[in-house]
Amino acid sequence: MADQTSQNDSAQAEADKGYWAANVRIILISLVIWALVSFGFGILLRPALSGISVGGTDLGFWFAQQGSILVFLGLIFFYAMKMNKLDREYGVEE
Amino acid sequence: MDQFTINLLFVGASFALYIGIAIWARAGSTSEFYAAGRGVHPVTNGMATAADWMSAASFISMAGLIAFTGYDNSSFLMGWTGGYVLLALLLAPYLRKFGKFTVSEFIGDRFYSPTARVVAVICLIVASTTYVIGQMTGVGVAFGRFLEVDNTTGLFIGAAVVFAYAVFGGMKGVTYTQVAQYCVLIMAYTIPAIFISLQLTGNPIPALGLFGDHAASGEPLLAKLDQIVAELGFNEYTAHHADTLNMVLFTLSLMIGTAGLPHVIMRFFTVPKVSDARWSAGWTLVFIALLYLTAPAVGAMARLNITEQFWPNGSTGEPVSVETIESDAAYTWMGTWQQTGLLGWEDKNGDGKIAYFNEKNAETVAAMEAAGWGSENELTNFNRDILVLANPEIANLPGWVIGLVAAGGLAAALSTAAGLLLAISTAVSHDLIKGSINPAISEKNELLSARIAMAVAIVVATYLGLNPPGFAAQTVALAFGLAAASIFPALMMGIFTKVNNKGAVAGMLAGLIVTLIYIFLHKGWLFIPGTNSFTDADPLLGTIKSTSFGAIGAMVNFAVAYFVSKSTDPIPTEIEELVESVRIPRGAGAAVDGH
Repeated sequence: MADQTSQNDSAQAEADKGYWAANVRIILISLVIWALVSFGFGILLRPALSGISVGGTDLGFWFAQQGSILVFLGLIFFYAMKMNKLDREYGVEE
Repeated sequence: MDQFTINLLFVGASFALYIGIAIWARAGSTSEFYAAGRGVHPVTNGMATAADWMSAASFISMAGLIAFTGYDNSSFLMGWTGGYVLLALLLAPYLRKFGKFTVSEFIGDRFYSPTARVVAVICLIVASTTYVIGQMTGVGVAFGRFLEVDNTTGLFIGAAVVFAYAVFGGMKGVTYTQVAQYCVLIMAYTIPAIFISLQLTGNPIPALGLFGDHAASGEPLLAKLDQIVAELGFNEYTAHHADTLNMVLFTLSLMIGTAGLPHVIMRFFTVPKVSDARWSAGWTLVFIALLYLTAPAVGAMARLNITEQFWPNGSTGEPVSVETIESDAAYTWMGTWQQTGLLGWEDKNGDGKIAYFNEKNAETVAAMEAAGWGSENELTNFNRDILVLANPEIANLPGWVIGLVAAGGLAAALSTAAGLLLAISTAVSHDLIKGSINPAISEKNELLSARIAMAVAIVVATYLGLNPPGFAAQTVALAFGLAAASIFPALMMGIFTKVNNKGAVAGMLAGLIVTLIYIFLHKGWLFIPGTNSFTDADPLLGTIKSTSFGAIGAMVNFAVAYFVSKSTDPIPTEIEELVESVRIPRGAGAAVDGH
């Protein structure tokens, strides 16, 4: 009996590790996008995007003042949905 | 009915609403005072957090800073929204799982060290107090205008109202009041913006109008704006003139700071489940984005309106005359704002005209002189913090819109000031006194000490608010830098790494101290004017302004924590288990008092 419990425990610990690794991967992908639209398109890469015009100015300006905010919103909801699904997959939801 | 009466009516009615709600939901126990039980729905919580978060800096100050600088101040927009991504992904769900009331409780438990907890409390108090100073600046501007008194008197009256309001209830009272405040402030912000967008572009959605066509000229609005400000010798609105390194660091500081501010993080302790904490951050950003997508439109359109008021026939025509300013109803706003001491003009060359241009641009000065308007800019003072409040008057909107904006500005300043005072009082009474100094303190005395701490904080903030280190949003940006350098790295390392107690304490202290010193060197010691050795125009380190230093402070924090932790003992097994458990949502119970 004791053996089985510890086996269950270690299986659980393995599953938890997998859950955490999957979580960290989703976070990293999201943060790459987060940085790309704000620091990238909004500031550093703005000169490279200057050829694309949006409403009297260029795409970089749009990202800096509007686009990045919309992407941030998308990211948070994407993460919440992904994670709630992951919680169920690994059976770690409340 | 005159404008003064309309303003009083709107402000009075909105206050009656908040106070009514605060009394109805008055906190009874310490648990309710701090965390409102846990019965707060993610959408409700998101709305309250948005009101808590969007302060005088967002409402009153930010669009003004964008209006007069253009693209270069986009940092405020990206920084103050991008932080929510960090909060939602890196902190909120885990702190909710941890299930205590306060940020410093988490730091104290995770780093198994009362010292860490006390250091966290100190960081929190320093950041929150700086933040309140910024709010008081905004409160002074708003009260000064709507009571038609000078800025200082407005500040004193505002401080008294904020205090009376914050001692009323704790989190529970504040949560429902803040929902009401959110509704007032978002209406107050968007309704005039819709009117102005319709006037200028014919598009009822300001965020779309910004990238639409200027109805009068048929050109794109932003192209038109670029052209007319350039004609007066100013930088083109959409062009990048700021130092890029400083802009990146400033944006990053605001982002990290957002995720490190205790009064925002505390909100995520009050949702029922871990998954709700994730949604809650999203809903908060939805409600914030409604204002943040409107703000750049408000800034650009106000800049266009103001410039056209001073140059009714374009920069090649005649500037507005003093007589027009004094007699024409469209210029009444100038007279009323002059009373607050935040707007000023002077006919320096006695030609009966007020010429507004960039007097630092030699070419423009020569052109103005040739046209006979003199060599000096005659709009001598335009405080950035008045722009949003003056905006409906500048655009000649109906009286009720102006009254609504006054109520909205006060709602923004009040809700945040109250939330911050609550965070400060919680830190002192719950974390410092009950957590370290006197654990046996009675519930009654704990509440009493919380209120004394609030009183002290507001007196300090009011005193410093008289000579603020910058416009409201700039002072608030300093607070974000401090939170970024101290709290955020400790929380993140607590969840994602196995950094030990000594590492965390050393990291927080290093981050806080270098950032504080850098800020004081540029803004004066304890923000006392005249005691600074450098200015942000010519900063100590290259182009890095004191408002941008938080990101560097955070890096120092991470680095110090890592190296100190590496060279000292690893964390004990039970803390390792705590870290593992925080990472998994399963089994999150109710938030409980740590004692």
